[in-house]
Amino acid sequence: MGLEEKLPSGVLLTTVEGVAGYMRKASFWPATFGLACCAIEMMTTGGPKYDLARFGMEVFRASPRQADLMIVAGRVSQKMAPVLRQIYDQMPEPKWVLAMGVCASSGGMFNNYAVVQGVDHVVPVDMYLPGCPPRPEMLIDAILKLHDQVQATKLGANRRTEIAELETAALRALPTSEMKGLLR
Amino acid sequence: MSTDTSQQQDFYAAPGDTSQGRVFTVTGQDWDSITQNIGDAAEERVVVNMGPQHPSTHGVLRLILELEGETVTEARCGVGYLHTGIEKNMEYRSWVQGVTFCTRMDYLSPFFNEATYVLGVERLLDIEDDVPEKAQVMRVLLMELNRISSHLVAIATGGMEIGALTVMTIGFRERELVLDLFELITGLRMNHGFIRPGGVAQDLPPGALDEIRDFIALMKKRLPEYAALCNANPIFRGRLDGVGHLDLAGCLALGMTGPVLRSTGYAWDLRKTQPYSGYEDYDFEVQTWDTCDAYGRFRIRLNEMWESLKIVEQAVDRLAGLEGAPVMVGDKKIAWPSQLAIGSDGMGNSLDHIRHIMGESMEALIHHFKLVTEGFRVPAGQAYVPIESPRGELGAHVVSDGGTRPFRAHFRDPSFTNLQATSVMSEGGMVADVIVAIASIDPVMGGVDR
Amino acid sequence: MTDETTDSKNTGKSDDKTDANESARPAEERNLEAAKEKTGTGSGVEQPAPEQSPENVPAPTGEVRSVGERRGMFGVSGTPDTSGYGGLVSATVLPAPTQKPYGGWFDEVAGALEARLEATDLMSAIESVVVHRGEITFHVRREDMPFVAQMLRDDEALRFEFCSGVSGVHYPDDSGRELHAVYHFTSMTHNRRIRVEVTAPDSDPHVPSLVSIYPTLDWHERETYDMFGLIFDGHPALTRVLMPDDWPGHPQRKDYPLGGIPVEYKGGSIPPPDQRRSYN
Repeated sequence: MGLEEKLPSGVLLTTVEGVAGYMRKASFWPATFGLACCAIEMMTTGGPKYDLARFGMEVFRASPRQADLMIVAGRVSQKMAPVLRQIYDQMPEPKWVLAMGVCASSGGMFNNYAVVQGVDHVVPVDMYLPGCPPRPEMLIDAILKLHDQVQATKLGANRRTEIAELETAALRALPTSEMKGLLR
Repeated sequence: MSTDTSQQQDFYAAPGDTSQGRVFTVTGQDWDSITQNIGDAAEERVVVNMGPQHPSTHGVLRLILELEGETVTEARCGVGYLHTGIEKNMEYRSWVQGVTFCTRMDYLSPFFNEATYVLGVERLLDIEDDVPEKAQVMRVLLMELNRISSHLVAIATGGMEIGALTVMTIGFRERELVLDLFELITGLRMNHGFIRPGGVAQDLPPGALDEIRDFIALMKKRLPEYAALCNANPIFRGRLDGVGHLDLAGCLALGMTGPVLRSTGYAWDLRKTQPYSGYEDYDFEVQTWDTCDAYGRFRIRLNEMWESLKIVEQAVDRLAGLEGAPVMVGDKKIAWPSQLAIGSDGMGNSLDHIRHIMGESMEALIHHFKLVTEGFRVPAGQAYVPIESPRGELGAHVVSDGGTRPFRAHFRDPSFTNLQATSVMSEGGMVADVIVAIASIDPVMGGVDR
Repeated sequence: MTDETTDSKNTGKSDDKTDANESARPAEERNLEAAKEKTGTGSGVEQPAPEQSPENVPAPTGEVRSVGERRGMFGVSGTPDTSGYGGLVSATVLPAPTQKPYGGWFDEVAGALEARLEATDLMSAIESVVVHRGEITFHVRREDMPFVAQMLRDDEALRFEFCSGVSGVHYPDDSGRELHAVYHFTSMTHNRRIRVEVTAPDSDPHVPSLVSIYPTLDWHERETYDMFGLIFDGHPALTRVLMPDDWPGHPQRKDYPLGGIPVEYKGGSIPPPDQRRSYN
């Protein structure tokens, strides 16, 4: 009220959710789940040219217990799927999953017996990033979009209502396979 | 984000009983309970599982170690966590499409995968002598650039695993330069489907040779940094000297090739002994070291990068004289029908070609269609043309039944064979040396599991 | 003159030539006999006609086996095929065995190997030798493979110290010899490379293991077992290496499906690669 008028313009009193969201996204630690070619692009994104450190993300935590984000980078084979689920379960809340590359998003070019056709069969995914492999800039773009999502997440009771809303919306939504006439 | 933020049960926390004994999962803050539970089984062996998700195991490699204190008494590798079924998938695609599959196997040396497969196909097609010179030189150029980038990753990740993080940042910095060159020539940073049966996909873009020359000059100034950082560094030497020892008899028994074999002093390099793709015309030395340990392999990789730079320089000089030469075999029944060009919406068939097939010649249209959809037929038989990849002998056993698809394409990957030496290299040593030994083998799990 | 098509350069629409392969040998014999009849009369000395003189007649090769059959031309089945090529049946024939001399250093290697086999009365171990595209392949009986491998490694003239690995191939239509195990040997001393092929029927998929002679084959044999079900007798630990330990079936066999799922997107559904309409 009176305080806002006295502060210099441009400084707004944010809600607690905004602050919490900002802190979460500003120091968003990925868990190392590099599997194949996308892992190399993930490593170069952390390298000097495309620097992930400017987003606070250069420290790839080896232990899932200390990570917020699991970037599934690469093709997930049938043998690896249980391991993927175990690592996901070992991450503490709040956690996000980014499926990097087409193999993680949908099985990619490997539509066969050995590859899980999309990690969303195993873990819930928040961001899908196509590419084979996606350029580091594309990965950063996906991460920044995920940052916006993280910034906007609510807390406490608001979060519970948000989750319920998202769930009903997802259950009611038209599945992509039912959408007709869009390929013409 | 998970929808359930309430009480989450850790399903892996409780110790489990299996047919082989009790299994414990260390979940944090539970040291006391674990030691208590192990307490009564303390005289029995303790098997520690490292991986498949672990920052220091070069990809999804699972190490099953039996420890006695810090000493490893038994070490086994569990592989297969990246098995993609590439070889079977290739049986359902045409010969040219097979290139895009095999290139993703050993993802740090995609050109080598492509080259060995394509050399096998060309041998079956009997066009080995008809591949144009420019295509051969371009293949050598790209393969040697790839060798540089692969060794850079090997050194960078090896350094990271032992804690030398600067080596990692400078390694990836240099690698970016090579990837920029790849992007300029092939259009992609990784997993290019560029080397095709009969030649390469398209010609060098204008200005590429100057870029490569600039790159060579820059690398000559940058490569000594690695030597300065590591070669005489006491910590580096302490970690790498004498680690992962495997002498010549051991190497030959286990079928090791590549820097591991050359670290015993034996100068076996397929580029010299069984040259392919014109390697006999280039002037370079085979690098060896005589200490049979991880340090020797590191030094070999560094020196091989210098040799590759030499070869790249010679290739660029040769390419300067090959302006306008064809890059695809002349036989129209095998060559990819269209000349690719960059259009307003990306890369595709050049407009000239489209005008020709759509407006001028029906036969050309049919020809293009048949070659692209059905593909060419390869006479029945089998071929195996191994090449020297950065990790060792990489060969594709290509079997054709006379059709338009590979009947069987099996890749003899060097990492798969070289990883068998893990047990020999690690047992009797310390746990920390296991990491270094594996890093010195430089396995790439995509090639191991295919 | 009927021609052999093993080395043909044609890559296009010449499936009809492989048809001729089936009748090639009998036709050749017929020609020879006809020629002999023509010239053999009159004098006691039989002079073959110029076309049939030894330099001009291609060397009679062994019996050519068909390892499969290709029906139709465009991968179409079930639907009416108006091209007329739908009824085409062509045999898949691998390169035929070669007769001696093989050329170059092949004779040296073959000679040394045969000398060793003769010494132990195992001449029947080598079923056939194929020289194709500058590579020599020895087809060896599976029971004798360990002895052959030992000789390849130890004999002075052979000295094939390096075995690249085992590659399995499954020919479902080559009855009695469905599973092939292909070994590639390199002699670092003499800088040579050969290939040895061993077959086993589907009903009895056993091949002796060579791990005791070439330890490098450890994981390679495990992979071939994993992917093809070929059991290597004598292997210290023959378990799956690429697939999960309890995976049923052997994926790279031809009777194992590719296993993909249909791709659905916005009203369209594309079947997996092995069930799509293929153009080849």
